[in-house]
Amino acid sequence: MKTLVLMEHDGVALRSGSGEALGFARAVTEDVTALVLGEGIAAMTAEASKFAPVLAADNAALANSVADRWAHVIAEVARNHNAELVVATSTTWAKDIVGRAAGLLGGAMASDVIGHELEGGELRLRRPMFAGAITATITLKGSPQIITVRSSAYDTPAPAATPFAINAVSVDVDALPSGMELEGVDRRIDARPDVTEARIVVSGGRAFKGSEDYERLVGSLADRLGAATGSSRALVDAGITPNSLQVGQTGKIVAPDLYLALGISGAVQHLAGMKNSRVIAAINRDPDAPIFEFADFGLIGDVYEEVPRLIEQLKSSQ
Amino acid sequence: MKILVPCKRVPDPDQKPRLNADGSNIDDVAVSFILNPFDAIAVEEALRIREVAHPDTEIVAVGICPVDGEAELRTALAMGADRALLVEHAGMSDPWNVARLLAAVVEREQPGLVLMGKQAVDDDSNQTGQFLAALLNWPQATFASQLEFFDGGLRVHRETDLGIEIIRVTLPAVVTADLRLNEPRYASLPSILKAKKKSIEHTTPAELGVALEPRVQLLSMEVVNSQRQCEQVSNAADLLARLREAEVIE
Repeated sequence: MKTLVLMEHDGVALRSGSGEALGFARAVTEDVTALVLGEGIAAMTAEASKFAPVLAADNAALANSVADRWAHVIAEVARNHNAELVVATSTTWAKDIVGRAAGLLGGAMASDVIGHELEGGELRLRRPMFAGAITATITLKGSPQIITVRSSAYDTPAPAATPFAINAVSVDVDALPSGMELEGVDRRIDARPDVTEARIVVSGGRAFKGSEDYERLVGSLADRLGAATGSSRALVDAGITPNSLQVGQTGKIVAPDLYLALGISGAVQHLAGMKNSRVIAAINRDPDAPIFEFADFGLIGDVYEEVPRLIEQLKSSQ
Repeated sequence: MKILVPCKRVPDPDQKPRLNADGSNIDDVAVSFILNPFDAIAVEEALRIREVAHPDTEIVAVGICPVDGEAELRTALAMGADRALLVEHAGMSDPWNVARLLAAVVEREQPGLVLMGKQAVDDDSNQTGQFLAALLNWPQATFASQLEFFDGGLRVHRETDLGIEIIRVTLPAVVTADLRLNEPRYASLPSILKAKKKSIEHTTPAELGVALEPRVQLLSMEVVNSQRQCEQVSNAADLLARLREAEVIE
Protein backbone atom coordinates (compact mmCIF):
# COMPACT_ATOMS: atom_id res chain seq x y z
CA MET A 1 0.00 0.00 0.00
CA LYS A 2 1.60 3.24 -1.14
CA THR A 3 1.78 5.30 2.02
CA LEU A 4 2.57 8.90 2.81
CA VAL A 5 3.43 9.83 6.39
CA LEU A 6 3.10 13.47 7.41
CA MET A 7 5.88 14.64 9.70
CA GLU A 8 4.87 17.34 12.15
CA HIS A 9 7.48 19.84 13.32
CA ASP A 10 7.66 23.10 15.23
CA GLY A 11 9.93 24.91 12.77
CA VAL A 12 13.04 23.68 14.56
CA ALA A 13 12.73 19.91 14.92
CA LEU A 14 10.32 17.07 14.23
CA ARG A 15 7.76 16.66 16.98
CA SER A 16 8.48 13.48 18.88
CA GLY A 17 5.10 11.97 18.03
CA SER A 18 5.74 11.89 14.28
CA GLY A 19 7.71 8.67 14.71
CA GLU A 20 4.63 6.81 15.91
CA ALA A 21 2.82 7.55 12.62
CA LEU A 22 5.83 6.02 10.87
CA GLY A 23 5.55 3.04 13.21
CA PHE A 24 1.94 2.47 12.16
CA ALA A 25 2.78 2.88 8.46
CA ARG A 26 5.67 0.40 8.69
CA ALA A 27 3.44 -2.11 10.45
CA VAL A 28 1.01 -1.94 7.51
CA THR A 29 3.32 -1.71 4.49
CA GLU A 30 6.91 -1.43 3.27
CA ASP A 31 6.07 1.35 0.79
CA VAL A 32 6.43 4.35 3.11
CA THR A 33 7.40 7.90 2.15
CA ALA A 34 7.64 10.80 4.58
CA LEU A 35 6.38 14.29 3.71
CA VAL A 36 7.73 17.42 5.39
CA LEU A 37 6.27 20.87 4.67
CA GLY A 38 7.44 24.32 5.68
CA GLU A 39 10.17 26.82 5.00
CA GLY A 40 13.80 26.15 5.88
CA ILE A 41 13.15 22.54 6.80
CA ALA A 42 16.55 20.94 6.04
CA ALA A 43 17.07 19.77 9.63
CA MET A 44 13.66 18.12 9.74
CA THR A 45 13.97 16.43 6.35
CA ALA A 46 17.41 15.09 7.35
CA GLU A 47 15.92 13.67 10.55
CA ALA A 48 12.99 12.14 8.66
CA SER A 49 15.33 10.58 6.09
CA LYS A 50 16.69 8.26 8.77
CA PHE A 51 13.35 6.46 8.63
CA ALA A 52 12.01 6.68 5.06
CA PRO A 53 12.49 8.40 1.71
CA VAL A 54 11.43 12.02 2.11
CA LEU A 55 9.43 14.43 -0.01
CA ALA A 56 10.21 18.01 1.01
CA ALA A 57 7.86 20.90 0.22
CA ASP A 58 10.16 23.75 1.22
CA ASN A 59 8.63 27.08 0.26
CA ALA A 60 8.29 30.58 1.73
CA ALA A 61 4.52 30.37 1.17
CA LEU A 62 4.45 27.50 3.68
CA ALA A 63 6.37 29.34 6.40
CA ASN A 64 3.43 29.12 8.79
CA SER A 65 1.31 25.99 9.06
CA VAL A 66 -2.09 27.42 8.20
CA ALA A 67 -4.66 24.80 7.33
CA ASP A 68 -5.91 25.97 3.94
CA ARG A 69 -2.47 26.21 2.32
CA TRP A 70 -0.90 23.19 3.96
CA ALA A 71 -3.90 20.94 3.34
CA HIS A 72 -3.88 22.00 -0.30
CA VAL A 73 -0.24 20.98 -0.70
CA ILE A 74 -0.70 17.72 1.23
CA ALA A 75 -3.63 16.78 -1.01
CA GLU A 76 -1.66 17.65 -4.17
CA VAL A 77 1.34 15.58 -3.10
CA ALA A 78 -0.90 12.66 -2.08
CA ARG A 79 -2.54 12.69 -5.53
CA ASN A 80 0.73 13.01 -7.44
CA HIS A 81 2.28 10.28 -5.32
CA ASN A 82 -0.79 8.03 -5.89
CA ALA A 83 -0.94 7.52 -2.15
CA GLU A 84 -3.41 4.89 -0.96
CA LEU A 85 -2.77 5.67 2.67
CA VAL A 86 -1.98 9.01 4.33
CA VAL A 87 -0.93 8.83 7.99
CA ALA A 88 -0.21 11.32 10.75
CA THR A 89 -0.02 11.20 14.53
CA SER A 90 -3.16 12.51 16.17
CA THR A 91 -2.36 16.00 17.47
CA THR A 92 -4.20 19.31 17.23
CA TRP A 93 -2.02 20.04 14.18
CA ALA A 94 -3.10 16.85 12.42
CA LYS A 95 -6.75 17.18 13.42
CA ASP A 96 -6.80 20.65 11.87
CA ILE A 97 -4.69 20.28 8.75
CA VAL A 98 -4.85 16.59 7.90
CA GLY A 99 -8.60 16.71 8.55
CA ARG A 100 -8.91 19.40 5.90
CA ALA A 101 -6.60 17.49 3.52
CA ALA A 102 -8.86 14.45 3.98
CA GLY A 103 -11.81 16.65 3.00
CA LEU A 104 -9.98 17.45 -0.24
CA LEU A 105 -9.17 13.78 -0.82
CA GLY A 106 -12.64 12.27 -0.54
CA GLY A 107 -13.24 12.01 3.19
CA ALA A 108 -12.23 8.40 3.94
CA MET A 109 -10.73 9.19 7.32
CA ALA A 110 -10.30 7.52 10.69
CA SER A 111 -9.14 9.53 13.71
CA ASP A 112 -7.25 8.37 16.80
CA VAL A 113 -6.55 4.84 15.62
CA ILE A 114 -5.26 2.60 18.44
CA GLY A 115 -4.90 -0.72 16.63
CA HIS A 116 -5.24 -2.42 13.25
CA GLU A 117 -5.37 -5.73 11.40
CA LEU A 118 -4.82 -6.51 7.75
CA GLU A 119 -7.52 -8.96 6.74
CA GLY A 120 -7.17 -10.12 3.10
CA GLY A 121 -5.83 -6.74 2.03
CA GLU A 122 -8.53 -4.89 3.98
CA LEU A 123 -7.30 -2.58 6.69
CA ARG A 124 -9.42 -2.94 9.82
CA LEU A 125 -8.95 -0.11 12.26
CA ARG A 126 -9.76 0.10 15.94
CA ARG A 127 -10.62 3.49 17.37
CA PRO A 128 -12.16 4.78 20.59
CA MET A 129 -15.64 6.29 20.65
CA PHE A 130 -17.86 7.63 23.45
CA ALA A 131 -14.89 9.00 25.39
CA GLY A 132 -13.14 5.65 25.10
CA ALA A 133 -15.99 3.67 26.69
CA ILE A 134 -16.35 1.82 23.37
CA THR A 135 -13.76 0.59 20.91
CA ALA A 136 -15.14 0.40 17.38
CA THR A 137 -13.64 -1.66 14.57
CA ILE A 138 -14.14 0.00 11.20
CA THR A 139 -12.98 -0.10 7.61
CA LEU A 140 -12.75 2.90 5.33
CA LYS A 141 -14.32 2.98 1.88
CA GLY A 142 -12.59 5.03 -0.78
CA SER A 143 -8.99 5.95 -1.51
CA PRO A 144 -6.77 7.33 -0.21
CA GLN A 145 -7.50 6.33 3.36
CA ILE A 146 -6.45 9.06 5.77
CA ILE A 147 -5.56 7.91 9.26
CA THR A 148 -4.41 9.62 12.43
CA VAL A 149 -2.96 7.34 15.10
CA ARG A 150 -2.69 7.75 18.85
CA SER A 151 0.99 8.11 19.66
CA SER A 152 0.67 5.79 22.66
CA ALA A 153 -0.48 2.93 20.43
CA TYR A 154 2.57 2.66 18.16
CA ASP A 155 6.33 2.90 18.53
CA THR A 156 8.85 4.85 16.49
CA PRO A 157 10.73 2.43 14.20
CA ALA A 158 14.50 2.08 14.47
CA PRO A 159 16.42 4.45 12.16
CA ALA A 160 18.13 2.92 9.11
CA ALA A 161 21.94 2.62 8.97
CA THR A 162 22.14 4.90 5.93
CA PRO A 163 19.70 7.72 5.33
CA PHE A 164 17.10 7.54 2.56
CA ALA A 165 16.88 10.00 -0.33
CA ILE A 166 15.34 13.45 0.04
CA ASN A 167 13.46 14.82 -2.96
CA ALA A 168 12.02 18.29 -3.31
CA VAL A 169 8.42 18.69 -4.42
CA SER A 170 7.48 21.89 -6.19
CA VAL A 171 4.72 24.10 -4.83
CA ASP A 172 2.46 26.03 -7.19
CA VAL A 173 2.25 29.18 -5.08
CA ASP A 174 -0.36 30.84 -7.31
CA ALA A 175 -2.80 27.99 -6.70
CA LEU A 176 -2.61 28.22 -2.91
CA PRO A 177 -5.63 29.48 -0.98
CA SER A 178 -5.02 32.70 0.94
CA GLY A 179 -7.92 33.08 3.37
CA MET A 180 -5.92 32.36 6.51
CA GLU A 181 -2.97 34.15 8.13
CA LEU A 182 -1.09 33.28 11.28
CA GLU A 183 -0.77 36.23 13.63
CA GLY A 184 1.18 34.57 16.41
CA VAL A 185 1.45 31.77 18.92
CA ASP A 186 1.24 32.35 22.62
CA ARG A 187 3.42 29.43 23.61
CA ARG A 188 2.88 27.56 26.79
CA ILE A 189 5.58 28.78 29.16
CA ASP A 190 6.25 26.02 31.60
CA ALA A 191 9.47 24.79 33.12
CA ARG A 192 7.92 21.35 33.52
CA PRO A 193 7.88 18.69 30.80
CA ASP A 194 4.98 18.63 28.33
CA VAL A 195 2.14 16.54 29.69
CA THR A 196 1.90 14.50 26.47
CA GLU A 197 5.60 13.67 26.41
CA ALA A 198 6.50 13.14 30.09
CA ARG A 199 7.34 9.74 31.58
CA ILE A 200 5.44 10.63 34.77
CA VAL A 201 2.33 12.79 35.02
CA VAL A 202 1.03 14.07 38.35
CA SER A 203 -2.53 15.21 37.92
CA GLY A 204 -4.91 17.04 40.24
CA GLY A 205 -8.70 17.13 40.43
CA ARG A 206 -11.59 18.74 42.21
CA ALA A 207 -10.08 18.14 45.66
CA PHE A 208 -7.76 21.13 45.18
CA LYS A 209 -9.37 24.37 46.24
CA GLY A 210 -7.14 26.93 44.54
CA SER A 211 -4.12 27.60 42.30
CA GLU A 212 -1.79 27.98 45.27
CA ASP A 213 -2.83 24.66 46.76
CA TYR A 214 -2.47 23.01 43.37
CA GLU A 215 1.02 24.41 42.86
CA ARG A 216 2.15 23.70 46.44
CA LEU A 217 0.97 20.08 46.33
CA VAL A 218 0.66 18.81 42.74
CA GLY A 219 3.42 21.09 41.43
CA SER A 220 5.91 20.27 44.20
CA LEU A 221 5.31 16.54 43.96
CA ALA A 222 5.73 16.70 40.17
CA ASP A 223 9.03 18.55 40.55
CA ARG A 224 10.28 15.95 43.05
CA LEU A 225 9.53 13.25 40.47
CA GLY A 226 10.68 15.19 37.39
CA ALA A 227 7.10 14.87 36.20
CA ALA A 228 4.66 16.90 34.13
CA THR A 229 1.53 18.27 35.77
CA GLY A 230 -1.97 17.62 34.53
CA SER A 231 -5.46 18.36 35.69
CA SER A 232 -9.06 17.33 35.36
CA ARG A 233 -11.54 19.52 33.55
CA ALA A 234 -13.09 20.62 36.86
CA LEU A 235 -9.95 22.57 37.79
CA VAL A 236 -9.71 24.16 34.34
CA ASP A 237 -13.35 25.24 34.49
CA ALA A 238 -12.75 26.66 37.98
CA GLY A 239 -9.83 28.71 36.63
CA ILE A 240 -7.38 26.90 38.93
CA THR A 241 -5.28 25.35 36.14
CA PRO A 242 -4.66 26.54 32.56
CA ASN A 243 -6.41 24.56 29.83
CA SER A 244 -3.09 23.36 28.40
CA LEU A 245 -2.96 20.97 31.38
CA GLN A 246 -6.37 19.37 30.89
CA VAL A 247 -6.24 15.61 30.44
CA GLY A 248 -9.33 13.93 29.02
CA GLN A 249 -11.64 13.32 26.08
CA THR A 250 -11.64 16.98 25.12
CA GLY A 251 -8.12 17.79 26.30
CA LYS A 252 -4.81 15.97 26.09
CA ILE A 253 -4.54 12.21 25.70
CA VAL A 254 -1.59 10.88 27.71
CA ALA A 255 -0.07 7.46 28.31
CA PRO A 256 2.96 7.89 30.58
CA ASP A 257 4.75 5.15 32.55
CA LEU A 258 3.11 6.49 35.70
CA TYR A 259 -0.08 8.53 36.05
CA LEU A 260 -0.64 9.77 39.56
CA ALA A 261 -4.26 10.89 39.98
CA LEU A 262 -4.69 13.11 43.02
CA GLY A 263 -8.18 13.96 44.17
CA ILE A 264 -9.61 12.98 40.78
CA SER A 265 -12.91 11.11 40.95
CA GLY A 266 -12.48 9.46 37.54
CA ALA A 267 -15.27 10.70 35.29
CA VAL A 268 -15.38 8.76 32.02
CA GLN A 269 -14.27 11.89 30.14
CA HIS A 270 -11.12 12.08 32.26
CA LEU A 271 -10.43 8.34 32.05
CA ALA A 272 -10.51 8.69 28.26
CA GLY A 273 -7.38 10.81 28.47
CA MET A 274 -5.22 8.64 30.73
CA LYS A 275 -6.43 5.07 31.06
CA ASN A 276 -3.76 3.69 28.73
CA SER A 277 -1.00 4.80 31.09
CA ARG A 278 1.31 1.93 32.05
CA VAL A 279 0.82 2.28 35.81
CA ILE A 280 -1.96 4.32 37.40
CA ALA A 281 -1.97 5.28 41.07
CA ALA A 282 -4.76 7.23 42.72
CA ILE A 283 -5.31 9.04 45.98
CA ASN A 284 -8.90 9.89 46.84
CA ARG A 285 -10.95 10.37 49.98
CA ASP A 286 -13.89 8.49 48.50
CA PRO A 287 -13.28 4.71 48.49
CA ASP A 288 -16.00 4.35 45.84
CA ALA A 289 -14.46 6.85 43.42
CA PRO A 290 -14.47 5.32 39.90
CA ILE A 291 -10.78 6.20 39.49
CA PHE A 292 -9.91 3.19 41.70
CA GLU A 293 -11.44 0.81 39.13
CA PHE A 294 -8.84 2.05 36.65
CA ALA A 295 -5.91 2.24 39.07
CA ASP A 296 -3.20 -0.28 39.88
CA PHE A 297 -2.55 1.24 43.30
CA GLY A 298 -5.03 3.13 45.44
CA LEU A 299 -4.58 5.13 48.62
CA ILE A 300 -7.75 6.22 50.36
CA GLY A 301 -7.02 9.55 51.97
CA ASP A 302 -7.13 13.31 51.77
CA VAL A 303 -4.71 14.77 49.22
CA TYR A 304 -4.05 17.70 51.59
CA GLU A 305 -2.59 15.18 54.04
CA GLU A 306 -1.18 12.47 51.80
CA VAL A 307 0.60 14.60 49.19
CA PRO A 308 2.77 16.44 51.78
CA ARG A 309 3.68 13.01 53.19
CA LEU A 310 4.70 11.81 49.72
CA ILE A 311 6.84 14.92 49.24
CA GLU A 312 8.47 14.44 52.69
CA GLN A 313 9.17 10.77 51.96
CA LEU A 314 10.76 11.62 48.63
CA LYS A 315 12.86 14.35 50.24
CA SER A 316 14.19 12.03 52.91
CA SER A 317 15.06 9.32 50.40
CA GLN A 318 17.02 11.62 48.10
CA MET B 1 -25.07 38.31 8.59
CA LYS B 2 -26.44 34.80 8.68
CA ILE B 3 -24.79 32.19 10.91
CA LEU B 4 -25.40 28.50 10.32
CA VAL B 5 -25.00 26.32 13.39
CA PRO B 6 -24.97 22.55 12.77
CA CYS B 7 -26.52 20.79 15.78
CA LYS B 8 -25.95 17.08 16.34
CA ARG B 9 -28.02 14.92 18.64
CA VAL B 10 -25.79 12.62 20.67
CA PRO B 11 -26.46 10.05 23.38
CA ASP B 12 -26.18 11.71 26.79
CA PRO B 13 -22.47 11.33 27.64
CA ASP B 14 -23.36 10.84 31.33
CA GLN B 15 -25.05 7.56 30.47
CA LYS B 16 -22.85 4.51 30.02
CA PRO B 17 -23.27 3.37 26.42
CA ARG B 18 -24.57 -0.18 25.92
CA LEU B 19 -24.29 -2.39 22.89
CA ASN B 20 -27.11 -4.19 21.15
CA ALA B 21 -27.25 -7.98 21.31
CA ASP B 22 -24.89 -8.71 18.39
CA GLY B 23 -22.37 -6.02 19.34
CA SER B 24 -22.78 -4.27 16.01
CA ASN B 25 -23.77 -0.88 17.35
CA ILE B 26 -25.00 1.14 20.32
CA ASP B 27 -28.31 0.01 21.75
CA ASP B 28 -30.13 3.31 21.41
CA VAL B 29 -33.57 2.14 22.51
CA ALA B 30 -33.16 3.31 26.10
CA VAL B 31 -30.78 6.13 25.29
CA SER B 32 -31.67 9.75 25.98
CA PHE B 33 -30.25 12.24 23.54
CA ILE B 34 -28.92 15.73 24.08
CA LEU B 35 -27.55 18.50 21.90
CA ASN B 36 -23.83 17.79 21.43
CA PRO B 37 -22.18 19.95 24.14
CA PHE B 38 -19.71 21.50 21.68
CA ASP B 39 -22.59 22.46 19.37
CA ALA B 40 -24.33 24.12 22.32
CA ILE B 41 -21.18 26.23 22.73
CA ALA B 42 -21.43 27.14 19.02
CA VAL B 43 -25.08 28.17 19.44
CA GLU B 44 -24.11 30.30 22.45
CA GLU B 45 -21.34 32.01 20.51
CA ALA B 46 -23.73 32.82 17.67
CA LEU B 47 -26.13 34.35 20.21
CA ARG B 48 -23.34 36.49 21.66
CA ILE B 49 -22.37 37.68 18.19
CA ARG B 50 -25.98 38.74 17.66
CA GLU B 51 -26.13 40.39 21.08
CA VAL B 52 -22.86 42.28 20.82
CA ALA B 53 -21.13 42.61 17.45
CA HIS B 54 -23.87 42.10 14.85
CA PRO B 55 -27.45 42.72 16.04
CA ASP B 56 -28.80 41.98 12.55
CA THR B 57 -27.52 38.38 12.69
CA GLU B 58 -29.89 35.57 11.76
CA ILE B 59 -29.06 32.26 13.44
CA VAL B 60 -30.10 29.08 11.66
CA ALA B 61 -29.71 25.74 13.45
CA VAL B 62 -29.45 22.67 11.22
CA GLY B 63 -29.72 19.05 12.26
CA ILE B 64 -29.26 15.80 10.33
CA CYS B 65 -31.25 13.11 12.08
CA PRO B 66 -34.38 10.94 11.94
CA VAL B 67 -37.64 12.70 11.21
CA ASP B 68 -38.66 12.66 14.88
CA GLY B 69 -35.34 14.02 16.13
CA GLU B 70 -36.48 17.60 16.57
CA ALA B 71 -35.79 17.90 20.30
CA GLU B 72 -32.17 19.04 20.02
CA LEU B 73 -33.06 21.65 17.40
CA ARG B 74 -35.74 22.90 19.81
CA THR B 75 -32.99 23.24 22.41
CA ALA B 76 -31.14 25.54 19.99
CA LEU B 77 -34.37 27.47 19.31
CA ALA B 78 -35.04 27.81 23.04
CA MET B 79 -31.54 29.18 23.54
CA GLY B 80 -32.32 31.81 20.92
CA ALA B 81 -31.71 30.54 17.38
CA ASP B 82 -34.08 32.20 14.90
CA ARG B 83 -35.07 29.13 12.95
CA ALA B 84 -34.20 25.48 12.45
CA LEU B 85 -33.83 23.09 9.55
CA LEU B 86 -33.93 19.31 9.85
CA VAL B 87 -32.40 17.12 7.16
CA GLU B 88 -34.20 13.81 7.50
CA HIS B 89 -31.77 10.94 7.65
CA ALA B 90 -31.90 7.74 9.68
CA GLY B 91 -28.99 5.42 10.24
CA MET B 92 -25.26 5.80 10.11
CA SER B 93 -23.89 9.10 8.91
CA ASP B 94 -20.14 9.51 8.77
CA PRO B 95 -18.41 12.92 8.83
CA TRP B 96 -17.93 12.94 5.05
CA ASN B 97 -21.64 12.65 4.31
CA VAL B 98 -22.61 15.03 7.09
CA ALA B 99 -20.18 17.57 5.62
CA ARG B 100 -21.61 17.07 2.13
CA LEU B 101 -25.16 17.59 3.39
CA LEU B 102 -24.05 20.68 5.30
CA ALA B 103 -22.28 22.01 2.20
CA ALA B 104 -25.57 21.66 0.31
CA VAL B 105 -27.38 23.53 3.11
CA VAL B 106 -24.72 26.26 2.94
CA GLU B 107 -25.31 26.47 -0.81
CA ARG B 108 -29.01 27.03 -0.13
CA GLU B 109 -28.77 29.31 2.91
CA GLN B 110 -25.65 31.32 1.95
CA PRO B 111 -24.46 32.04 5.52
CA GLY B 112 -21.49 34.30 6.19
CA LEU B 113 -20.24 32.02 8.92
CA VAL B 114 -20.65 28.38 9.95
CA LEU B 115 -20.14 27.90 13.69
CA MET B 116 -20.08 24.32 14.96
CA GLY B 117 -18.64 22.10 17.68
CA LYS B 118 -15.10 20.83 17.20
CA GLN B 119 -16.24 17.26 17.73
CA ALA B 120 -19.30 15.27 18.66
CA VAL B 121 -18.99 13.40 21.92
CA ASP B 122 -20.37 10.16 20.47
CA ASP B 123 -17.93 9.25 17.69
CA ASP B 124 -15.23 11.77 18.74
CA SER B 125 -14.07 12.10 15.10
CA ASN B 126 -13.26 15.81 15.03
CA GLN B 127 -13.51 15.88 11.20
CA THR B 128 -16.78 17.40 10.01
CA GLY B 129 -15.85 21.09 10.28
CA GLN B 130 -12.57 20.54 8.47
CA PHE B 131 -14.30 18.50 5.72
CA LEU B 132 -16.96 21.20 5.30
CA ALA B 133 -14.35 23.96 5.00
CA ALA B 134 -12.48 21.88 2.41
CA LEU B 135 -15.64 21.18 0.39
CA LEU B 136 -16.59 24.87 0.41
CA ASN B 137 -13.01 26.02 -0.12
CA TRP B 138 -13.51 28.38 2.83
CA PRO B 139 -10.95 29.26 5.49
CA GLN B 140 -11.27 27.33 8.74
CA ALA B 141 -10.58 28.18 12.36
CA THR B 142 -10.73 25.00 14.40
CA PHE B 143 -10.69 24.66 18.22
CA ALA B 144 -11.64 28.30 18.74
CA SER B 145 -11.44 29.70 22.28
CA GLN B 146 -12.03 33.37 21.37
CA LEU B 147 -13.55 35.20 18.39
CA GLU B 148 -13.22 38.83 17.45
CA PHE B 149 -14.55 40.49 14.30
CA PHE B 150 -12.45 43.01 12.46
CA ASP B 151 -12.92 44.74 9.16
CA GLY B 152 -12.96 42.00 6.56
CA GLY B 153 -12.66 39.00 8.80
CA LEU B 154 -12.38 37.18 12.08
CA ARG B 155 -9.49 36.97 14.51
CA VAL B 156 -9.58 33.60 16.26
CA HIS B 157 -7.67 32.24 19.23
CA ARG B 158 -7.13 28.53 18.67
CA GLU B 159 -6.24 25.95 21.29
CA THR B 160 -3.32 23.85 20.08
CA ASP B 161 -0.87 21.44 21.70
CA LEU B 162 1.80 24.15 21.60
CA GLY B 163 -0.27 26.93 23.12
CA ILE B 164 -2.80 29.50 21.91
CA GLU B 165 -2.46 30.20 18.21
CA ILE B 166 -3.96 33.42 16.86
CA ILE B 167 -5.09 33.43 13.24
CA ARG B 168 -7.01 35.77 10.96
CA VAL B 169 -9.50 34.33 8.51
CA THR B 170 -11.52 36.00 5.80
CA LEU B 171 -15.28 35.48 5.69
CA PRO B 172 -17.17 33.35 4.92
CA ALA B 173 -15.44 30.78 7.11
CA VAL B 174 -16.00 27.65 9.17
CA VAL B 175 -15.24 27.99 12.87
CA THR B 176 -15.26 25.02 15.26
CA ALA B 177 -15.79 25.68 18.96
CA ASP B 178 -13.58 24.43 21.76
CA LEU B 179 -14.66 24.15 25.38
CA ARG B 180 -13.33 27.49 26.56
CA LEU B 181 -15.11 29.58 23.93
CA ASN B 182 -17.97 30.25 26.34
CA GLU B 183 -20.36 28.68 28.81
CA PRO B 184 -23.72 28.04 27.12
CA ARG B 185 -26.78 29.58 28.75
CA TYR B 186 -29.74 27.59 30.00
CA ALA B 187 -32.93 28.30 28.13
CA SER B 188 -35.63 29.92 30.25
CA LEU B 189 -38.96 28.19 30.68
CA PRO B 190 -40.86 30.79 28.59
CA SER B 191 -38.37 30.42 25.74
CA ILE B 192 -38.60 26.62 25.95
CA LEU B 193 -42.38 26.87 25.65
CA LYS B 194 -42.08 29.35 22.79
CA ALA B 195 -39.59 27.10 21.00
CA LYS B 196 -42.05 24.21 21.20
CA LYS B 197 -44.46 26.16 19.02
CA LYS B 198 -41.97 27.18 16.36
CA SER B 199 -42.15 25.18 13.17
CA ILE B 200 -39.05 23.34 12.07
CA GLU B 201 -38.53 23.11 8.35
CA HIS B 202 -37.79 19.62 7.06
CA THR B 203 -35.82 18.63 4.00
CA THR B 204 -34.13 15.46 2.72
CA PRO B 205 -30.75 14.54 1.22
CA ALA B 206 -32.54 13.99 -2.10
CA GLU B 207 -34.06 17.49 -2.01
CA LEU B 208 -30.60 18.84 -1.32
CA GLY B 209 -29.26 16.89 -4.29
CA VAL B 210 -26.92 14.75 -2.20
CA ALA B 211 -26.59 10.99 -2.74
CA LEU B 212 -24.91 9.52 0.33
CA GLU B 213 -21.65 7.69 -0.26
CA PRO B 214 -20.51 5.88 2.89
CA ARG B 215 -16.86 6.23 3.83
CA VAL B 216 -16.84 4.52 7.20
CA GLN B 217 -18.12 0.99 7.60
CA LEU B 218 -18.66 -0.06 11.18
CA LEU B 219 -17.76 -3.73 11.67
CA SER B 220 -18.19 -4.16 15.40
CA MET B 221 -18.04 -2.47 18.76
CA GLU B 222 -16.86 -3.62 22.14
CA VAL B 223 -17.28 -2.14 25.57
CA VAL B 224 -13.95 -1.26 27.15
CA ASN B 225 -13.63 -2.60 30.67
CA SER B 226 -10.81 -1.90 33.04
CA GLN B 227 -8.28 -4.73 33.09
CA ARG B 228 -6.73 -3.42 36.28
CA GLN B 229 -6.96 -4.80 39.80
CA CYS B 230 -6.53 -1.98 42.25
CA GLU B 231 -4.22 -2.85 45.11
CA GLN B 232 -5.07 -0.74 48.12
CA VAL B 233 -2.03 0.62 49.95
CA SER B 234 -2.17 1.82 53.53
CA ASN B 235 -0.06 4.97 53.47
CA ALA B 236 2.20 7.28 51.45
CA ALA B 237 5.39 5.32 52.19
CA ASP B 238 3.70 2.12 51.09
CA LEU B 239 2.56 3.76 47.85
CA LEU B 240 6.09 4.93 47.03
CA ALA B 241 7.47 1.47 47.80
CA ARG B 242 5.01 -0.17 45.43
CA LEU B 243 5.76 2.39 42.68
CA ARG B 244 9.49 1.69 43.09
CA GLU B 245 8.85 -2.04 42.79
CA ALA B 246 6.93 -1.35 39.60
CA GLU B 247 10.00 0.58 38.44
CA VAL B 248 8.07 3.70 37.50
CA ILE B 249 9.83 5.97 40.01
CA GLU B 250 13.39 5.98 41.32
